[in-house]
Amino acid sequence: MGEYGVPEVAGQPSETRAEPFFETEASRRQVVAQLMKIGAVSLAVAIGAGASLAPLTSAAAESTSDQRRRYGMVIDTRRCVGCDACVAACKQENKTPPGVSYTIVLENGFGERPDDRPLFMTKPCFHCEHPPCVPVCPVSATFKRKQDGIVVVDYDRCIGCRYCIVACPYQARFFDFGENYPAAQEDTPWARVPSPEYGQFRGREKGKSPEGNVRKCTFCLHLQDENGAYDKAAGRWPACAKTCTGKAIHFGDFNDPESEVSVLLTQRQAIRLKEELGTEPNVYYLV
Amino acid sequence: MSSRMLKTSFWVIGIGLVIAGSWAWVDRYVNADKNTNYGSIVPWGLWVAVYIYFIGLSAGSFLVSSLVYVFNIKRFESIGRLALFSAVVTLFMALLSISADLGHTFRAWHVLVYPNFRSPMAWMIWLYSAYFALVMLELWFVLRHDMAVGANTPGIRGKLYRLLLLGSRDVSPEMEASDRQIARILATIGVPVAIMFHGGVGSLFGVISSRPAWHGGLFPVLFLVSALVSGGALLVLVSAVFQDGLRRNRDTVLALGTLVLGLLAIDLLMQFSEVLVGFYGNESAVTENLKLVYGGPYWWVFWIWQLGVGTLIPLVILVLPQTRKNPAAVAGACGLIAIGFLALRLNIVIPGLADEQLAGITEAYSSPRISTDYVPSAMEFLFSAGVVGLGLLMFGIGEWFLPSGEEDTAEEVSHVSA
Repeated sequence: MGEYGVPEVAGQPSETRAEPFFETEASRRQVVAQLMKIGAVSLAVAIGAGASLAPLTSAAAESTSDQRRRYGMVIDTRRCVGCDACVAACKQENKTPPGVSYTIVLENGFGERPDDRPLFMTKPCFHCEHPPCVPVCPVSATFKRKQDGIVVVDYDRCIGCRYCIVACPYQARFFDFGENYPAAQEDTPWARVPSPEYGQFRGREKGKSPEGNVRKCTFCLHLQDENGAYDKAAGRWPACAKTCTGKAIHFGDFNDPESEVSVLLTQRQAIRLKEELGTEPNVYYLV
Repeated sequence: MSSRMLKTSFWVIGIGLVIAGSWAWVDRYVNADKNTNYGSIVPWGLWVAVYIYFIGLSAGSFLVSSLVYVFNIKRFESIGRLALFSAVVTLFMALLSISADLGHTFRAWHVLVYPNFRSPMAWMIWLYSAYFALVMLELWFVLRHDMAVGANTPGIRGKLYRLLLLGSRDVSPEMEASDRQIARILATIGVPVAIMFHGGVGSLFGVISSRPAWHGGLFPVLFLVSALVSGGALLVLVSAVFQDGLRRNRDTVLALGTLVLGLLAIDLLMQFSEVLVGFYGNESAVTENLKLVYGGPYWWVFWIWQLGVGTLIPLVILVLPQTRKNPAAVAGACGLIAIGFLALRLNIVIPGLADEQLAGITEAYSSPRISTDYVPSAMEFLFSAGVVGLGLLMFGIGEWFLPSGEEDTAEEVSHVSA
């Protein structure tokens, strides 16, 4: 385990981190009740906003608006210090279980450098233009959304065959084995804290989705408004990009020539990984 | 008597394996995937390898049966029904293995209501469902006449025949001829279906361009030839031990042994071609895969199990003039080939996945699920052992229940071999 590894952040039993906050069982319950309320409120807001609470079948995921966005990232490896804050923020946001991490930080992903300076790069899902994971799915449970190009998984449709994990050239997909962190075991209040993913607010229930499903980065699409737009100033921004200490993760719409990511591509030299496979990732690296 | 002891130990092993496997079965449904050792780097493990192994045995057995029911080759007549029966049993074993592998087994029907026509896996599932129905139906028509003749046998056997006949008790020669005709039509449809679905299993791996060790046009063909070798080899063994087969099927065992030898030679040629081209091309993902197979922690799976036990020893037995005319030796050699092909399947699935797609991914996140090391867990082993046990019991029951057809075919066989 490297000094920048995840378990220090996420694998640590949360009990040790949680205890200072909860002096008594009663106060802990209160906080959990609060959390549940917040969850319920966001749920109500989501319903009010008419957001995607309907089952995420391909039909339901089609946007009514004509606007076509192409969300992606430009990641500046020269600004990345390898702090893993993005990994922790993602885990916090999406409540991912052990063994599932939508983004990870690679050290020397391009091979050894001649000097002793490491080259860190955070690696979310690349939301490819031609995602190899999508056509292989036997039940069309994973697909690329027409309105914004985000590659999603319909948890209720996925049968858990893991063919998409096999087909992904970037290891961006993870299987949910139904495991939980020690402090968030089944039947504890923590297990009921829902994940806001897809605006579906699912808790951890034995045998129920997303357990037994394949999971992946969604660019935190639950933070979009009803028009499919994010708002950086309001904090509705992918958790990893929002938290990045070195401001290395730039997020935005490549179809908007004014967006930060589009401008960066015109100004700097960017590369994409494994171009030879024809996947055309929507995540670029500045090296 | 030794043959009786053999039979007893066969039943004891079968029942023992099923009991051991049922513990794993319960664990799989209580704890879902928790006690499995595959992960997100090696997402397919023992169960997938076992699945493609059994489904290969099934396709191979079925295609051999087509020699009888489509191409009407009299020499293999006596083992036609056995070949069909083996195809059913091994298909059942394959489906049992893969059902446990799905994260949500009870959603398998989604493949019918949410079809994705671009997915090789979806095609594979549709085709083997069609194949399952077809092969059951064909077996029924092949056995119908003999079951109708034996329907008045006292005891459980007669009762079972009457139940399976579904009221069809006609033993007239016209009816028998019509059965043969229907079986022939079903078998003829079955041949392209079996080729498509097992070729489809090979394509499932071959189309994945992100896995260069699998990616290529030879893979589906290699799967088909491997199915023929392993399925044919199993059939030789089964026809030798089934219903006093060494005596009854002596010539057929020898003839089929020769066929397996020829198919094995073609299979080896293809394997050799894959390895040679792979090493020469020097693409790192391919060479790393080959190095893992030949010099990784499980080198013995290739060198001892696949090459030694499963290829070289049987090759010598099938070629040497002293042994190749001895049906017992030929049956033994084919048994070894059938066992050796499980190693081939393991060496396709697991080393093909046990590599980092991007350098450093397993160090970036520390979890046993994010690791290139994969050893099946006790639960996975026991589950597969249970599937094998169940298969043994099904063969055992089949030996007792299948009409031997000796009365009908004895004359024909002696006529042909004369």
